Amino acid sequence: MKFGIVTFPGSNCDYDTFQAVVETLGEEAVMLWHKDHDLQGSDVVILPGGFSYGDYLRPGAIARFSPIMQEVVQHAERGGPVIGICNGFQIACEAGLLPGALLRNASLKFVCAPIHLHVESNDTWFTSRYERGRSIVLPIAHGDGRYSADDETLDRLEGEGQIVFRYAPSALEAEEAYNPNGSMRDIAGIVNGAGNVLGMMPHPERAVDALLGSADGLPLFESILQRVAV
Amino acid sequence: MSRYRVAVQVVPRRGLLDPQGKAVADALHTLGFGGVAAVHVGRHLVLDVDAADEDTARRQTREMCERLLANPVTEDYEIAEVTPS
Repeated sequence: MKFGIVTFPGSNCDYDTFQAVVETLGEEAVMLWHKDHDLQGSDVVILPGGFSYGDYLRPGAIARFSPIMQEVVQHAERGGPVIGICNGFQIACEAGLLPGALLRNASLKFVCAPIHLHVESNDTWFTSRYERGRSIVLPIAHGDGRYSADDETLDRLEGEGQIVFRYAPSALEAEEAYNPNGSMRDIAGIVNGAGNVLGMMPHPERAVDALLGSADGLPLFESILQRVAV
Repeated sequence: MSRYRVAVQVVPRRGLLDPQGKAVADALHTLGFGGVAAVHVGRHLVLDVDAADEDTARRQTREMCERLLANPVTEDYEIAEVTPS
């Protein structure tokens, strides 16, 4: 299976993602330049983390108009899987692939830390290899991760099972401190209505081996691999 | 075709948490400006637009706001001023 990893000017998690896919997962990956018009036969497209176009205007606002994004949107419309991580989540929202928007962290601080997540659904293309309700640890590193949408959208996400990951308290933390950015309804990751586009602020590609502090991100890649390979 | 200078204001939608505005309001209170009830921090953009007339410049700017300059989910915009330049 072939993963396509997009590099925008300012992407900085593209090679971490490449390493996770190629070295850990043992699959093929191709780097896609933002000016390309061709996904080079990628089965799964990953929009990696970073600061595309310097976050000018709003994170993801400019990247969305890159030539490659027109191809990514078409790929998604055909039902092809797309994973947006961190800045990739912001880009996917700006491109209209996912509802809502990601705003400045409520604390106004950039937060870089391992955090606890609750796997809300394992009935998705991206989480079938997780146990539902399982608590996992993934790193976050962002300044604009506060998920926002109107109540109607939030209710729909909730009702349709589109909320995939939520920030959750660990056994040791104070109840009020677990949400790192003020995200509405503690949302850390969602899928679109069709289920083929995932957006999440935490970084699964940085957590694919116990040596990195956590391997809790690996089942995500294994899930999509299993889904597409079928 | 004339050139118009168009000033646009983009602000966070009222009702949404605006931590930056709140931080500025808190600082103003610390300085003794107790009368400040709220602050909203947004962006001010100045565009030089070539268009047939003022209405066209205004209409084009509105479209730019809808498609790029403001996020329709979280922000409101206002064309503050259009002047021949």
